Amino acid sequence: MAEIIQEEGGGKKKGKRRAKKHSTHIDMTPMVDLMTLLLTFFMLTTAFSKPKTMEIVLPEKDQKETKKEDKENQIPKWRAVNIILDENDKIYYYTGLIDKPPYPELIETDFSKDGIRKYLLKRNLTLYKKIDSLNVAALKSRKPIPPDTLAKQIRELKKADKVGPIVLIKATDKVKYRNMVDIIDEMAICNIARYAIVDINPQELKMLEEYKKKNSVTANK
Amino acid sequence: MAKVKMAARSPRIDMTPMVDTFTLLLTFFMMTTTFRPQEAVQVDTPSSISEKTAPEKNVITVYISKDNKVFFNIDEGTDTSLHIRAKVLQGVSEQLRVPFTKEQISKFERLASFGMPIKDLPKWIDTDDQNVRDQLQTGIPIDSTDNQLAMWILFARKANPNAEASIKGDAAADFKVVKRVLDILQDYKINRFNLTTNMEKVEVKLDDIK
Repeated sequence: MAEIIQEEGGGKKKGKRRAKKHSTHIDMTPMVDLMTLLLTFFMLTTAFSKPKTMEIVLPEKDQKETKKEDKENQIPKWRAVNIILDENDKIYYYTGLIDKPPYPELIETDFSKDGIRKYLLKRNLTLYKKIDSLNVAALKSRKPIPPDTLAKQIRELKKADKVGPIVLIKATDKVKYRNMVDIIDEMAICNIARYAIVDINPQELKMLEEYKKKNSVTANK
Repeated sequence: MAKVKMAARSPRIDMTPMVDTFTLLLTFFMMTTTFRPQEAVQVDTPSSISEKTAPEKNVITVYISKDNKVFFNIDEGTDTSLHIRAKVLQGVSEQLRVPFTKEQISKFERLASFGMPIKDLPKWIDTDDQNVRDQLQTGIPIDSTDNQLAMWILFARKANPNAEASIKGDAAADFKVVKRVLDILQDYKINRFNLTTNMEKVEVKLDDIK
């Protein structure tokens, strides 16, 4: 580095004689060097995409204990969709409640586009269409609709919904955090009005085990 | 002949436009940069479609690494004169009977997230060696017998009642641990959580389901 600077210093001395002829040049190389350095530093340290968050609200704990029983009974049987998450990114779901036999059958699916999303969208079609048309209208309207108003309208639509599914999300012990976020995300994608994260009950674990046993037998055949 | 002429001309290039652009870019990057203290763990967050940006101030953050260690962080809030971090540390140290010196407390204020049993915390604060620091990060105990995370949350809530809870879990962390953390937070009447995620775009076509 030092050598280069000296060389340039020599160049300046020669240039002095010609200074009147040429326009005055200032050697900007050191400045550019410094700036590139700083620029690179700031570019590398900047995190462009700020982290996003997904907000979830869980029911209060003490209430949960006492009201849980009534609440589960209040859900109309045909609206209840139970989703059981299992290891290796697998999802099992069934509709209805398991208060008494015959127990509903488990259906296996996954997180892909044609998996659980397709089913949830099908169940939630009326509400989804309403919200979708609202969003499209907001995009197309000449007067910009403030996002708060839109969010409020969507919330009201969700509240008034009487036919969409009520999703109960349950997870076995080996489930990864990613799967839980993914399934809550699916709820947001499909505009599900009501969903809850619930502890898995023993009956469901039994059903899951039976389903797996049955499937492994058929797979072996 | 042409070569000789070229050499005679001064080889200088006018760098002014370049300098201009650089200054502009530099200013831009300097203004947009926010410095963040180094985090204790690398957390690879899962992605979601959520577009809400994460709060930067007044947050209690619980990190869950992919090997299921739990880390904790609380920021100073909008008013640094409140010394929230110092208050939290003092509270927890009194409760769990681990003494801290004044120097340790003031140094703790400048540090970021941490994850170790409280008995290792003085050592972590004193050392400046990154390797020693990393070795000490064994996760905050969350068992019901030795629930130190609950203590941290309790005093964080006391010191800064406005703080929101944020959970930054690694995609590969076990949900069991996350659930346990959620339970502990709910014990302290926090029912609203921010799950930190990456942005992801998903398009849904209604034609797909018909």
